[in-house]
Amino acid sequence: MSAQLVNILYLVSAVLFVLGIKGLTKPKTAVRGNILSATGMLIAILVTLTDQQIVSHQYIITGMVIGAVIGATAALRVQMTGMPEMVALFNGFGGGASLGLATTTYLGTLGAAGITSDLVNPFGAGSQGTIALASIGLTVLIGGLTLTGSLVAFVKLREWVKNSYSLPGGPLANAILGLVALGAIVAICMEPGNATAFWVILGMALVIGLCLVFPIGGADMPVVISLLNSYSGIAAAFAGFILGNTVLIVSGSLVGASGIILTRIMCVAMNRSLVNVLFGRMGEGGETVDADEVYAGKVKSTSPEEVAMLLETAQRVVIVPGYGMAVAQAQHTVRELADVLEERGAEVEYAIHPVAGRMPGHMNVLLAEAEVDYDKLVEMEAINPTFEQTDVAIVIGANDVTNPMAREDKGSPIYGMPILHVDKAKTVVVVKRSLSPGFAGLPNPLFALNHSLMLFGDGKKAIHEVTQALKE
Amino acid sequence: MEVMVLLLALFVLSLFLGIELITKVPPTLHTPLMSGSNAISGITLVGALVAAGGGGSDTLVNVLGCVAVALATINVVGGFLVTNRMLAMFKKR
Repeated sequence: MSAQLVNILYLVSAVLFVLGIKGLTKPKTAVRGNILSATGMLIAILVTLTDQQIVSHQYIITGMVIGAVIGATAALRVQMTGMPEMVALFNGFGGGASLGLATTTYLGTLGAAGITSDLVNPFGAGSQGTIALASIGLTVLIGGLTLTGSLVAFVKLREWVKNSYSLPGGPLANAILGLVALGAIVAICMEPGNATAFWVILGMALVIGLCLVFPIGGADMPVVISLLNSYSGIAAAFAGFILGNTVLIVSGSLVGASGIILTRIMCVAMNRSLVNVLFGRMGEGGETVDADEVYAGKVKSTSPEEVAMLLETAQRVVIVPGYGMAVAQAQHTVRELADVLEERGAEVEYAIHPVAGRMPGHMNVLLAEAEVDYDKLVEMEAINPTFEQTDVAIVIGANDVTNPMAREDKGSPIYGMPILHVDKAKTVVVVKRSLSPGFAGLPNPLFALNHSLMLFGDGKKAIHEVTQALKE
Repeated sequence: MEVMVLLLALFVLSLFLGIELITKVPPTLHTPLMSGSNAISGITLVGALVAAGGGGSDTLVNVLGCVAVALATINVVGGFLVTNRMLAMFKKR
C-alpha cells in the first residue's frame, strides 16, 4: 500500500473517531457513535498491518491474542459498581502501551544502528532526530507516570489501600523529580546513545506517578481518574510524534482534551483548583467544627414504617444518590421504591451532583443499569430550584454534597462548593449507616435539621424495607 | 522540520476540536465518554504493531513490543466492549 493511501485511510479513521465522539453527545446516538469509533480503530489497525516495516508477526499475534482475551473478559464481567476501577486500570494500560512503544522504538533504533558514533544520529539528521528523541522522552515520562499513577488509583478504588500517604517533601519533591526527568530528556536529545539518561527518565516517570496519586483520597478520585485519562491520550499523541503518525496525534489529542474537560468539570464541582486537589488536602485551614455540638439532641432517628407513611402522601419525591448507594449496590432497590411511588401517582426524580461517586457520571451509569429513564436524572443546577416544592428528599449514601455549611458557613473548608439544596425540601430522609463524617471529615448540619429524619442502616436493606412497608 | 510543524499544527487543532466536541457531552454520558475515549487512546496499538513487528534480534525489544501490543489491545477491545455494554443500558427506554 502506498504511503499516500495509508495516510488517507488514517484520515478516514480519525474522522470516524471525531464522528464517534460527536455521537456521544446524545444518549440516542451514543451506541452508533461507539460503533463508528470502533470501525475507525479497525481500519487503522488493518492499514497498519500492511505496513512494510512489519516483517515478523509472532510477537504481534501473541500480544493481540493475550490483550483481546483479557480485554473482552474484563469488559463483559465487570459490574457497573466496579467501573471506576476498570477505567482507572485501562488508563494505566494506555499509558503503559505508549511507554512500551517508546521504549521499544528507542532501544530498537539504537540496537539496529549498532555502536552509535557521535557523527550519525540514528533517530534522524539534525532537528528531526532531536524532535524524535524529545518525543520519545516525553512519551516515556507521561506514559510512565500514567501507568503507575493509574495502578495506585486502581488499588485505592479497590480499597486495598485505605490510607493516604504523603511522601516526604510533598510538591517540592515532585517538582525535583520532574526537573531531573526533564534534564534527562535534554541529555538524550544531546547524546542519543546515552541509555543511562533514558533509564533515568523511565525511573523518574514511574516514581512521579506513585508520588502524585498516593496522597490523594477517595472523594478526589473523580479528578484523578479524569486527569489520568487525559494523560493517557497525551502520551498516545506524543507517541504519534515519534512515528510521525497522524492518526495517533489526532486521536491522542482528542482523548487528552476529553480528560482535560472532565478534570475541569470535576474541579469546579468541588470548588477547588487542580493544584489544590493534587497537592492540597481538603479540610486544611478551616476551623474545626465539633460534631457533638452540631448533632447533640437534635438528630431524630426514624423507622422504615414511618418513612413509608411520609411517602404515602408525598406528591413529589427527590432521590439523592451518592457513593454509598454504589457501595451498598442499592440502585435496583432504589428503582423499585421509585416504581411503587410512581404507581401511587407521585413524581420521582433523581438529583445528580457532578462529583457524586468515584468517577464522572458514576451515578448515571448505576441508575441506567437499574433501568431508570435518563430523563429522570436531573443535574444539580436544574433540580436545585425544585427542592422547595419537594415533599420528601431521600438522601442515600451522599454526604458532603448535601452539606448546607458549603452555602452558609464562610469559615468552613467546603464553603463555596456547589451543593444540592436538599435541606429546602419539606422533609429530608437520610439513609446512612451512622453519623460518621464524609470525605471532608465534617459534620453535616443537614442531619440535625428539624425536618430531617435519619434512617440508620444498610442502604439496600433500609430502602427495601421502606418499599415493603409502602406496599402494605 | 516542515513536517514537524504540520504535525504540531494537527496536534493543537485536534486539541481544540476535542474541547469543542466534548463540552457538548452531557454529564449522563460522562462515564461512557471516559471508557470510550479510553478505547480510542488504545490507538497506540498502531504504533505498537510497528514496534513489535520490526523483526529485530534483541529479545528485550521484542518482548517489550509484545507487551505494548497486549496492553493497547486490552484498551481497544475492553474499552469498546464495555462502552457498548453501558450505552445499551441507556438506550433501553
